[in-house]
Amino acid sequence: MNKEVIIETKGLDLTFETNDGPVHALKDINLTIEKGDFVSFIGPSGCGKTTLLRVMADLEQPTGGTCTVNGVSPHEARMNRAYGYVFQAAGLYPWRTIGGNIKLPLEIMGYSKAEQAERVSKVLELVELDGFDKKFPWQLSGGMQQRASIARALAFDADILLMDEPFGALDEIVRDHLNEQLLALWARTHKTIGFVTHSIPEAVYLSTKIVVMSPRPGRIADVIESTLPIERPLEIRDSKEFIEIAHRVRDGLHEGHSNG
Amino acid sequence: MNWIIGALVFWAVMWVLNVKLSKGPQTRFISLLVPFIFGVTLLVLWEGIVRGFAISPILLPPPSAIGVRFANSLPILWVDFVQTFVKGAMSGYILGCGSAFLVAIAVDRSPFLQRGLLPVGNFVAALPIVGMAPILVMWFGFDWQSKAAVVVVMVFFPMLVNTVEGLKASDHMQRDLMQTYGASYWQGLAKLRLPAAMPFIFNGLKICSTLALIGAIVAEFFGSPIKGMGFRISTEVGRLALDMVWAEITVAALAGSAFYGAVALIEKAVTFWHPSQRG
Repeated sequence: MNKEVIIETKGLDLTFETNDGPVHALKDINLTIEKGDFVSFIGPSGCGKTTLLRVMADLEQPTGGTCTVNGVSPHEARMNRAYGYVFQAAGLYPWRTIGGNIKLPLEIMGYSKAEQAERVSKVLELVELDGFDKKFPWQLSGGMQQRASIARALAFDADILLMDEPFGALDEIVRDHLNEQLLALWARTHKTIGFVTHSIPEAVYLSTKIVVMSPRPGRIADVIESTLPIERPLEIRDSKEFIEIAHRVRDGLHEGHSNG
Repeated sequence: MNWIIGALVFWAVMWVLNVKLSKGPQTRFISLLVPFIFGVTLLVLWEGIVRGFAISPILLPPPSAIGVRFANSLPILWVDFVQTFVKGAMSGYILGCGSAFLVAIAVDRSPFLQRGLLPVGNFVAALPIVGMAPILVMWFGFDWQSKAAVVVVMVFFPMLVNTVEGLKASDHMQRDLMQTYGASYWQGLAKLRLPAAMPFIFNGLKICSTLALIGAIVAEFFGSPIKGMGFRISTEVGRLALDMVWAEITVAALAGSAFYGAVALIEKAVTFWHPSQRG
């Protein structure tokens, strides 16, 4: 059975012009993301994984090749509010309460007041922050802030969620917990997720598909379809299958390095 | 001699009292009482020394004489206050800061203005106020309008620079976030960049609040109707009525502090979220 293609790139190239000359950030990226996929992008810094995600989000313009999101250009997809984007830092506005921050995209997109309130309470529940809507961001821990920022990206119920190392700044224990929550959320909402990380266990634990990237120029070294079941308790990370996939990711990263 | 000894003794007693109070528990009342005692002590010292050494009231009148003059001249002081502060300084402040704010948004939208207007603004800000004031009095007449014009010239640039700087204060990620929502320029301005600029804008408003009063008073030295704080100061100096000059200075100090304090209070309410205000 063929699933619906959500994001597709063909021969994608991106060169940044810098003062030190051109930097080849992405080279010949060919990738297909299907509906309901959880795709991780993993690689060392400078491999272009964040840039690739930003191209999909229309925050960077490719210099060659094509990228389509929901069958249209990233620009159109952005204007259609096709995706929610979660950044490395929570980036909540300190002058707004948690509830106010989650309302922000809804206000911009012109939802009615009643619907705003309803959606805020719904997504706060999804990220287990119910009761915190009147708090200000600086009154919350880093992990809670990042959960609020995920809630903000979920508020307008886009089918695609793009996440750029959302848990990179958090400690291991909080990160494990959020990974578990993210999987539960994905199972409940059936969203298509693009997830940038530099943690191998995180990528293997979360993904249905792992895109291993290597630097200079940023390119895809390997694409691994995960064979792990959809139901994933944290203990799965000790299973033989998990370790095998992690091994393959590591090999892909090594290969990319020695070639580059 | 008694005056001097009395003043020194009072000073010493109050010093000891303040040291004791500062070491004790810091309630709100005590934290207000300590500077109050300090101020009163200064006034008593001033009074004692001026009277003890029989200093000419033209050089320095004792605070009691200033107080008596102040109390006896309330109607005049009020007229001067309205003329200089309410009409001259406030209208100039509102016009100057308001137009600087609007120009800042125009500058923000247009790189051409950013490169063209900021250097011109810089140039205008460098013009000495005592040079500009007589010209503006010629242009706008003796009444408060010319004082307001001087204030506009004085406050415009600091306000402009602060607002332009503030509009750059939001970080890249927050602006990217607005983009992912497909927000328009004005939505981004209203919901992100203006709130983020508020600490800078209030910084400008506070600086300008003191500049406005200075500008309005100084401008009156170059021609004014027969009222106004600057007019009163310059004429009463000529009549050697220094107690009246000091009374006007008191009015200026009170009005200036109250004005600054009011702006700071609004700032606290608006930028409660900023690390410098969270406390």
